[in-house]
Amino acid sequence: MTNHWVDIKNADVVLVMGGNAAEAHPCGFKWVTEAKAHNKAKLIVVDPRFTRSASVADYYAPIRPGTDIAFLGGLINYLLTNDKIQREYVVNYTDLSFIVKEEFAFTDGLYSGYSADKHSYDKSSWDYEVGADGYAQVDPTLKHPRCVYTLLKQHYARYVPEMVERVCGTPKERMLQIWETIASTATPTRAMTIMYALGWTQHSTGSQMIRAGAMVQLLLGNIGVAGGGMNALRGHSNIQGLTDLGLLSNQLPGYISLPSEGEQEYAKYLAARTLKPLRPNQLSYWQNTPKFFVSLMKAWWGDAASAQNNWAYDYLPKLDKLYDMLQVYELMHQGKVNGYIAQGFNPLAAAPNKAKMTAALAKLKFLIIMDPLATETSEFWRNHGELNDVDSSKIQTEVFRLPTTCFAEEEGTLVSSARWLQWHWKGASGPGEARSDLQIMAGIFTRMRSMYAKEGGAFPDPILNLTWKYAQVESPSPEELAREYTGNALKDLADPKDPTKITRKAGEQLAGFAELRDDGSTQSGCWIFCGAWGPAGNLMARRDNTDPTGIGQTLNWAWSWPANRRVLYNRASCDAAGKPYDASRALISWNGRAWGGADVPDFKVDENPAGGMNPFIMNPEGVARLFARANMAEGPFPEHYEPFETPLGYNPLNPGQSQAINNPAARVFPDDRAAFGKAAQFPHVATTYRLTEHFHFWTTHARLNAIIQPQKFVEIGETLAREIGVTTGETVKVSSNRGYIKAVAMVTKRIRPLKVDGKVLHTVGVPLHWGFMGTAVPGFLTNTLTPSVGDANSQTPEFKAFLVKVEKA
Amino acid sequence: MALQSLDIIRRSATTLPEPEARHAYTGQVAKLIDTTKCIGCKACQVACMEWNDLRDTVGTCTGHFENPHDLSEASWTLMRYTEYENPKGDLEWLIRKDGCMHCEDPGCLKACPSPGAIVQYANGIVDFHEENCIGCGYCVTGCPFDIPRISKKDKKAYKCTLCSDRVAVGLEPACVKSCPTGAIVFGTKEDMRRHADERIEDLKSRGFDQAGLYDPAGVAGTHVMYVLHHADQPGLYSGLPEKPRISPMVRLWKGSAKPLALFAMVATAAVGFFHYMGIGPNETDESDEEAARRELEKRP
Repeated sequence: MTNHWVDIKNADVVLVMGGNAAEAHPCGFKWVTEAKAHNKAKLIVVDPRFTRSASVADYYAPIRPGTDIAFLGGLINYLLTNDKIQREYVVNYTDLSFIVKEEFAFTDGLYSGYSADKHSYDKSSWDYEVGADGYAQVDPTLKHPRCVYTLLKQHYARYVPEMVERVCGTPKERMLQIWETIASTATPTRAMTIMYALGWTQHSTGSQMIRAGAMVQLLLGNIGVAGGGMNALRGHSNIQGLTDLGLLSNQLPGYISLPSEGEQEYAKYLAARTLKPLRPNQLSYWQNTPKFFVSLMKAWWGDAASAQNNWAYDYLPKLDKLYDMLQVYELMHQGKVNGYIAQGFNPLAAAPNKAKMTAALAKLKFLIIMDPLATETSEFWRNHGELNDVDSSKIQTEVFRLPTTCFAEEEGTLVSSARWLQWHWKGASGPGEARSDLQIMAGIFTRMRSMYAKEGGAFPDPILNLTWKYAQVESPSPEELAREYTGNALKDLADPKDPTKITRKAGEQLAGFAELRDDGSTQSGCWIFCGAWGPAGNLMARRDNTDPTGIGQTLNWAWSWPANRRVLYNRASCDAAGKPYDASRALISWNGRAWGGADVPDFKVDENPAGGMNPFIMNPEGVARLFARANMAEGPFPEHYEPFETPLGYNPLNPGQSQAINNPAARVFPDDRAAFGKAAQFPHVATTYRLTEHFHFWTTHARLNAIIQPQKFVEIGETLAREIGVTTGETVKVSSNRGYIKAVAMVTKRIRPLKVDGKVLHTVGVPLHWGFMGTAVPGFLTNTLTPSVGDANSQTPEFKAFLVKVEKA
Repeated sequence: MALQSLDIIRRSATTLPEPEARHAYTGQVAKLIDTTKCIGCKACQVACMEWNDLRDTVGTCTGHFENPHDLSEASWTLMRYTEYENPKGDLEWLIRKDGCMHCEDPGCLKACPSPGAIVQYANGIVDFHEENCIGCGYCVTGCPFDIPRISKKDKKAYKCTLCSDRVAVGLEPACVKSCPTGAIVFGTKEDMRRHADERIEDLKSRGFDQAGLYDPAGVAGTHVMYVLHHADQPGLYSGLPEKPRISPMVRLWKGSAKPLALFAMVATAAVGFFHYMGIGPNETDESDEEAARRELEKRP
């Protein structure tokens, strides 16, 4: 979230799209209720299904799964053509005036530089024109034929309401009513928040859907303001912490990327991540990357990381490719993976195409399950009848189950969607032989380390030299780890302005990342967390909900990264002179000497606004990007592409271009492509989702949850039910090109057939929950049906739009 | 259950005078369920089972969102879902938390023939004391909202207690505590009516012209009230009765018929007494005994 949960109460309009907050985040959804009750806020829900969120919405519009970019592109076009943008904000704080390279082009759904063989782009033309002074060129009049404003208008001119209706199936009148309500927030005194979740991420164009949402918010001036923002609702406890700590295959902690195999040289690696300003007097905060990187390497390898060995740069893997979930299972399926640790993860249930997953797991020599529950993955080899019809005698994988404690049985911190690190204390001890994940990982590590010490190996140094200074070697405490990942001084730190003054003694915790240094005198395992355990102690454990301004800025409750800042980009809530656009919900302001207010300023605290420094300090431009430059795989502007399993077979926006039907830059493995189904055989559009009553595959093990939602069902509309001769409560068979499931049919008015480009399409809702383990009625795994293809940037699987056939079982 | 801090103002089938020393000085209580804020998450159902140590069976899906399928001795509250297409052609998903309404004039208590099985506290809560229940099911007949359920296990009647044990010590009911959107609130009846007025004003501003409070007069008002978008059509909400009232049979039996029945009983006893005193006891002679023997012999 750019903002935070409580801040949603400040919104005037709430758009829930690509998510179902009432269903999946009922506790956070209370803030929508507050906004409605105390702010007269209007709630808009756009979803293929009429959801629990829709049940309390002011406006609901149906949409065909996977067409959100068309809807949002249409909205961008509407805002631009009707001049419903917050002009001063957009001109000053976005790249609208920046001039793009002459070579940049977009024709028939493809951007310049496309290679059809490689399914990827040469992105060199996707950038600004840079002058001799090294700065990007701009045209503040916005008249230049290649300025971002002109290109943006051109790009979305095709997304007229009639076209959007054809693509999305959303009735035009309802769409225009919603766009008008959204456009009402273009004034500085009205704000809209966007709440989204997996309904946007789990598409082959998911990252671009989110970008399109963010672009709408920028045009309306809704980023950086109270009650605004792009708010990703994280579904899994600590999935935010996972990304913050860099547990993605190509990431280091704090959003620093790992080197690729082409980056063997430390200096080049660092230079590519140390971004110089692209406009005069911009902060470009990533100029500080060396301080963050060196402090990380010191935290990991201590004295073994020194200036002489480039801070142990050689210890880091250099990636030949992304090793995301889909890639690893592809390699496993090819027999190229020997062992796998599933830690708090149930891939048989959670990954696409169960048949492929089963075959892949069967090729492992060993599989380790770390989980409090007996997961489906831990039993992938056992025959559970039709629900898991495997021949156990043909599976030789050795499965080890290591029972772990669950979240309530351990202390430590979790990062909420709001970026809050909240310390929690254990409520009970784990049962039986359960151990914490920390203890298990420490046990595995120390044994590996002694094997490397005894037996050597190709490159034992990174393992042997790993910092491991915990009081109990086999059981590091959450406190010890927290002090390490937040950071402390390794030597006495002298004041750069007065070397005789010591600002921080060796061993002392640091107050924030501004104290980090690139000379090896500080360590921090995750720079964005620096200060969470500061000189004053564990700030994550704070529980003071004092809210002096009444807008929910409780700065002494827990700790929010970065720097305890609650609303990112909050400098953008003020005009160029530093005066809040909306005084009734001011976050910060310039008082003539410094920035301050209800939030920690996301800005250089003593920077006079007259100097022209812009609010988006993490970008070298200083402004927010409507034109993504080379940062996205499939293009600088979001473009609608059909889901890989498209019910149409063509892209109505680019009908003549066969290479632009689906995401041209997506990575699809040949076996997965062969497993795609066609609309002729599988005419119904399926989308998966979660229910309030359950959490993934855990709570089907819990009796209370099983009582209130006991058995797997699928939702189908009344028209489709009539067509296939099914009444509610009967069993249906849902098949895709990868397998079938059977479930109870829930026939509902909440899913209506959509008219898409003259064709009537039926949507089928398939809840994710239930499997063959647990207390609830045993059921089929939903991911038996889903296709194995990911978003071109994040590789998040396309669980939200695929083709099936529903028939009476 | 009997609670020291809650005075009983009414008991089923008893004429003993009730204690009157204490009074609900701070006002009678009420739970307000705002169907327009409810997202149907069922947290209230789970909280109810947890607080009251109830576990219904793990059932099946019958193609509806309701689970369990009905109220039972182990499910004292239940979310009921209705898909309603309004005259404009828009869909509304009307979700109502069903359970005991805690009537000011409780039909169950009126109908109950077992002394002290059903009571009403001074604060307005209607409670079942299962230890006194004889399982006759008259409370089911007496309830205009079809709430009490007789357990198959112990043949006793069960329903929501409005967490009388929690309320007695100054806590809100478990369902109120668990509600994430504040759709269920609890306080004095007066405060709840005031809160409802604010909600209705907001709903009217959003186009629900018929928004209103459900506090039916037929049972002298209830201590569980609803805010409805369509107060003119309570039936839309899974058959919420439009004009609930205690069944005329219960009224007859416990109302005007009660003194008549009492008179009939007294009259029978009196007639018997005067017969005995005036004519003497009934006696049999030889021919009566002979007739009885013949009757017996006719049987196979």
